[in-house]
Amino acid sequence: MACGRSELELYVHLPFCVRKCRYCDFLSGPQYAKGPYLEALEREIASYGPAAEDFRVRSIFFGGGTPSLLTPQEWEELAGVIRAHYMIDAGAEITAEANPGTLDREKLRCLKELGVNRLSLGLQSVRDEELRLLGRIHSYDDFLRTWEAVGEAGFTNRNVDLMQALPGQNLAECLESVRTVAELGPEHISAYSLIIEEGTPFYELYAGGEGLPSEDTEREMVHETAALLASYGYEHYEISNYARPGRECRHNLGYWTGVPYLGFGMGAASLFGGERRSNCRDYERYVRLAGSREACEDVTEWDRKSQMEEMMFLGLRLVRGVSEETFAGRFGVTMQEVYGPVIERFAGLGLLETREGRLRLTERGMDVSNAVMAEFLLEETDG
Amino acid sequence: MGQIPQDHIRNFCIIAHIDHGKSTLADRILEKTGTLTAREMQEQVLDNMELERERGITIKAQTVRIIYRAKNGEEYIFNLIDTPGHVDFNYEVSRSLAACEGAILVVDAAQGIEAQTLGNVYLALDANLEIMPVINKIDLPSAEPERVRNEIEDIIGLEAHDAPLISAKNGINIEEVLEQIVEKIPAPQGDPEGPLKALIFDSVYDPYKGVIVFCRIVDGSVRKGTKVRFMATGAQEEIVEVGFFGAGQFIPCEELSAGMVGYLTASLKDVRDTRVGDTVTEADRPCAEALPGYKKVLPMVYCGMYPADGAKYPDLRDALEKLQLNDASLQYEPETSVALGFGFRCGFLGLLHLEIIQERLEREYNLDLVTTAPSVIYKIYKTNGEVLEITNPTNMPDPSEIEHMEEPFVSAEIMVTTEFVGAIMKLCQERRGVYLGMEYLEETRALLKYELPLNEIIYDFFDALKSRSRGYASFDYDFKGYVKSSLVKLDILINREEVDALSFIVHADGAYERARKMCEKLKEEIPRQLFEVPIQAAIGSKIIARETVKAYRKDVLAKCYGGDITRKKKLLETQKEGKKRMHQVGNVEIPQKAFMSVLKLDIE
Repeated sequence: MACGRSELELYVHLPFCVRKCRYCDFLSGPQYAKGPYLEALEREIASYGPAAEDFRVRSIFFGGGTPSLLTPQEWEELAGVIRAHYMIDAGAEITAEANPGTLDREKLRCLKELGVNRLSLGLQSVRDEELRLLGRIHSYDDFLRTWEAVGEAGFTNRNVDLMQALPGQNLAECLESVRTVAELGPEHISAYSLIIEEGTPFYELYAGGEGLPSEDTEREMVHETAALLASYGYEHYEISNYARPGRECRHNLGYWTGVPYLGFGMGAASLFGGERRSNCRDYERYVRLAGSREACEDVTEWDRKSQMEEMMFLGLRLVRGVSEETFAGRFGVTMQEVYGPVIERFAGLGLLETREGRLRLTERGMDVSNAVMAEFLLEETDG
Repeated sequence: MGQIPQDHIRNFCIIAHIDHGKSTLADRILEKTGTLTAREMQEQVLDNMELERERGITIKAQTVRIIYRAKNGEEYIFNLIDTPGHVDFNYEVSRSLAACEGAILVVDAAQGIEAQTLGNVYLALDANLEIMPVINKIDLPSAEPERVRNEIEDIIGLEAHDAPLISAKNGINIEEVLEQIVEKIPAPQGDPEGPLKALIFDSVYDPYKGVIVFCRIVDGSVRKGTKVRFMATGAQEEIVEVGFFGAGQFIPCEELSAGMVGYLTASLKDVRDTRVGDTVTEADRPCAEALPGYKKVLPMVYCGMYPADGAKYPDLRDALEKLQLNDASLQYEPETSVALGFGFRCGFLGLLHLEIIQERLEREYNLDLVTTAPSVIYKIYKTNGEVLEITNPTNMPDPSEIEHMEEPFVSAEIMVTTEFVGAIMKLCQERRGVYLGMEYLEETRALLKYELPLNEIIYDFFDALKSRSRGYASFDYDFKGYVKSSLVKLDILINREEVDALSFIVHADGAYERARKMCEKLKEEIPRQLFEVPIQAAIGSKIIARETVKAYRKDVLAKCYGGDITRKKKLLETQKEGKKRMHQVGNVEIPQKAFMSVLKLDIE
């Protein structure tokens, strides 16, 4: 391990999809041409190499879109560029997202050889009728075949994504997916509640909330999911994430704890060089400008105030919460001095608690975490 | 301009029901006499406040001088005094009428006579004006000029056989109106040599000239340098400028003499020195007695006005001060509310006046306001013999100290087509109306007479009247007097804390119904909070209604994707901003509109 160097994470956005899902508002879809994009992406990755010279990469995340749509040749080229410009820890967590039906044995072997050691599979549901409703391209059987191949290829760090509170879904149907997946035994499970996003076909259908499970049902699904997964040995460690001990997603933990990261690809966000920024979201513009300062948007200084706010509102996403000691050590003031009244108020309402020197959300606090987190934003004059 | 012989002056106003075409006729007169060309003229010059134009009503009196060359070859000076068209401003109307010798009565050829038409005609008759009827909108397919002509003769008793049949909108027969003004409206007959006697019928504040007093010279004359006295207020000043009213501008002149209508300025800084209805005379040579009819106008309706953002309190104070310069009938004094902070208790002539002031504050002064429920003035006779007049329910003493209470009543006249008589009678009954009688004006229309408690008509009576008559009812009222009444104060408790801004006084018989409606409405308006919030209505310590706002179950962003922290933070910022627009009462956030929504409880 290269001691003395700071840690860094890399995110690589691959927006390609076979088809756009009906709920999805990510920057992804079937319309983006691979060739020019990958060329721009590799140019961008290379251009930040010198700036990251003194960093060692502790995790890489290939997200999408559907990264598994890349061919083995494309994967090799991309990995080659990354290796050429960044120092990657021997034990780094390297994750690729994949959709069932887009992975074959050859591609899995290739990924394995390139050093990918974690796969995140977008299943969403084990019920085919729900998969059709969501507009997914695969059936549950397709997933099972992929799952088997993933195991055979020797991947032992696997996440399965599930989506809950789907239109028309009841509690039993929701838990059927959870139980079925837990039985398969992946190391990590993400269980997200569906969010109806503007600009999606689902928005047209469900923006009014009709046809969706009620808030009460949705919360029941979330709580029952946690209980069920606990019985299978999964620990609830973040609002929507569960893992076997030691198998938390390291890359995401980095986001919540202020580890610097470089995001490559259109729309990708970075925390680097004392600022937060995002790449432009327009394909043509990105392809033209990738790697230049002009491609960056929404640049904001990562100042003391932002760091304080983020340590709180991001740290509270984690079940373990935020360490008072870390806060004081980093900022030279205690959490109590900055946030005393807010903490007291929410503790009084049973939404926050302090355990073993860490401030965290209670179970009920998790349900209404936005209301709590919003109060950790500081006025200009605070801090 | 030298002295104008009085027999060449005609001072008149135009009276009409809303929408019958008063302003359009005024525009056409200006256009035909060349006072303004069509091109210069915006729609309806006389209604020059944005708000007036939008609502199609006149709020402030407007006046314009017109030169007309008649068919007999002579030139005449017309002074057209446009009057406010709403019952709230009846007093201003009566003073404007007193400045005239005649009135043009505009009646819609399709709709005929309405309650407001009658109200205005009676005011004009009281002022001894010559009334000259004109039948408008004769080009409408539904026009029935002959029926309306008979109506004018039968109902009002005015000679109408030669009433001009016109279309103000399309400029039909306007000359005939102008000729009849010369023929029918009497010339003024003041004494030009007598001591100065002038009637104030309006005043406005101008940042450069100070207070500009609109007046009608009855006797004598006034010029720059004349030392004048305002007889009711006693203020004395030297005249700085006199002049007359061009279209939309003030035109200075040498002298205003008997029979003329114009303005004068002195170094007056306070409109309260120049009350509408007061008489202006010479300080050194005063007239023997003031003109009759002056009365101090008193507000009838009160409410609290608070800036939504507490930091805007000084802005609200400045804005009220400026509005009062143009509107002496607006009253205000500072008050504080536990729930709303610092604000003002404001007094208005009526609900329309209140709404107009509120809208002007919001639009012209860019203020975001929270308005409490309007209240009337209640008289409280205490057991110790003291008598209180309260305008804010919060100031009501403990019931044990009250011997009895009185509330103001009005005499109301409602004109309605016969098919809706039942519905309107039911409404008046619900509002504790005392039925006085009904007259059939003709086969299809009736005039209902009621006595109604003022506090029952200051909420949503107009809306209810319109909705239950499909817009056909019209309504007019006059203050009648105070009547002993069984009243209680209803308090609202949110999360067990009393919210002073929501308290109000209500008749004991209606208290339960009102309490229930209030709680239901508040439950709709108060967003779910992090905890359960009880909403209770109480009389004294007795809870008479209750609703509960359930705690919300969920407010969580499940997915926070791809390290896009900036987006997540923006969402939280928006959420925090949203809370700033709420009023914090204890631990509960109450949105601004919750305070106002309880004013519109549609009790049916």
